[in-house]
Amino acid sequence: MSTQVADVNPAAVPSVPEHHKRHREHHRMPAWRWIIFVAALIYFVGPLAAAVKYSLIDQHGHYSFHNYAQIVSNGAVRSSLYTSLEIAIIAAAFVIVLMLPTVVLVRLRLPRFTAVLEGVTILPIVIPPVVIAAGMEEMQGHAPAWVVNALFNHPLTGLTPFYVILALPFTYRALDNSVRAIDLRTLTDASRSLGASWLRTLLRVILPNVLTGVFGAMFLTIALCLGEVVIATLMLYTTLPVEMILIGQKSAGISVAISLLALVFTFVLLFVLSTLAGRRHGSATVRVI
Amino acid sequence: MPFSLYVLIFLGVPLYMVIHGALTTDAGHLTWANFHDTLASGTYRAAFKTSILLSLWTALLGAVFGTWLAAAIVVAPAESTLRRLITSAASVFAYFAGLPLAFTFIAALGRFGVVTDLFNDIGFHLYAHGFSITSMFGVGLVYVYFQVPLMVILVLPALEGLQPQWRQAAESLGATRWAYMRHIAIPVLTPALLGSTLLLFGNAFAAYATALALVGSTINLVPAQIDSAINGNVQVNADRLGLALGVEMIVVIVVVMIVYWIVQHRARRWLA
Repeated sequence: MSTQVADVNPAAVPSVPEHHKRHREHHRMPAWRWIIFVAALIYFVGPLAAAVKYSLIDQHGHYSFHNYAQIVSNGAVRSSLYTSLEIAIIAAAFVIVLMLPTVVLVRLRLPRFTAVLEGVTILPIVIPPVVIAAGMEEMQGHAPAWVVNALFNHPLTGLTPFYVILALPFTYRALDNSVRAIDLRTLTDASRSLGASWLRTLLRVILPNVLTGVFGAMFLTIALCLGEVVIATLMLYTTLPVEMILIGQKSAGISVAISLLALVFTFVLLFVLSTLAGRRHGSATVRVI
Repeated sequence: MPFSLYVLIFLGVPLYMVIHGALTTDAGHLTWANFHDTLASGTYRAAFKTSILLSLWTALLGAVFGTWLAAAIVVAPAESTLRRLITSAASVFAYFAGLPLAFTFIAALGRFGVVTDLFNDIGFHLYAHGFSITSMFGVGLVYVYFQVPLMVILVLPALEGLQPQWRQAAESLGATRWAYMRHIAIPVLTPALLGSTLLLFGNAFAAYATALALVGSTINLVPAQIDSAINGNVQVNADRLGLALGVEMIVVIVVVMIVYWIVQHRARRWLA
């Protein structure tokens, strides 16, 4: 922060009267701001630009879309992509079914559990994914055969329930923020007094009013599921990120291409989200803690 | 509530398994030996040391540049497209980019990376000068890429909390820019900066995806040691040592979080 001191133009400052100087500050970017913008541009955009170039060069050294075409034509990549997409979509849908009623119930009926809910949903941040994976391994090793069969024998059943847990810090906050922003009590009282059931109230009255939060929670869950690699690797499931590492050891081009698409995809999701949220209420920055 | 049951099964059970496994022998007897063995082992101690050092310097670098960057963008109105573009990008890099970033940097600064080639063209051979993206420094360089955006996200609200009236009051009393910074802005921001830096430390300490993609499970960081202890089958008791390492990781992060909460609590008391 002391860098703000650098905001002095030695040639101009002494001769300019105080009120002129302050006036001018509103029109011209001070040097310290330029420096960090340029540095950030080089550090943040540089590697991305390099990755774009890298992804466009095929194994013969020619420019082509070969690496991008491989994403769909390479069988291993394609099947892992399907697995990851399935996990992401099911987890995103399930997160809402699990969390929306919980958030609404706690807001309406059990406000004293708010702190508990906040504490529990921060746990996946406190427990590193690698430790959760170790716990899953133990669970798999000690569970009865029918649990192993039902749960751990397929990436879809083996990973989805745990990814829902990993997403909790994001989904809880996204949902809670938008539930907070509406007059929940009046809406439910009105709906209930007109004879609607709880389910109907939830689906027809509350859900449409918190759609931004619901989309937010789903976007964030999808982004998390498509990028999670630690648990999938340790549990030996071949999801897209795991396949990216495997294939990256032979030729990084395809993995770089997928990485860029993943970054662009996540960025677009979050930007759309911030546009949606910004229209309704203030800031939409994703903040977990 | 179905939610409690769900969390109990899919978070509670794995967590219990880790703690229980770390505290017992194969015969099921209660023991501290697993913790003792991990802390006495040179390899594991070295892993903790590198993990902590890596987290420390990437957190400090991330904190300095993140605060600087946040101060530069806080002047733009919160609703402006520029602000939303930057905060969306920051969220992507901070929370969802562990794996993609590894490949981005392999493409840029790997042995055959585009930037490495550029340096070669001007006659400076990075890899001949000891640089490698798979070295601890290289991995840290990628970590900073997600630490800076996380810092931006964490300190922006604190910077927004700086009231313009404070500055005007200070200036009307004849304070210079530096005096305002020194006596008002920095003291007010200290808890937020300290707290955010702690979160950056915890973030780097728990991270594994980037290192896994860049180097693999041979890198000497604690998560990689857990990985190879669990999946490697190198020695008989390795599983339990891995679980003990896991508990030790949680302890480190819990300590970080507790200090964070104390700092936040202080901050709230000052501002109230």
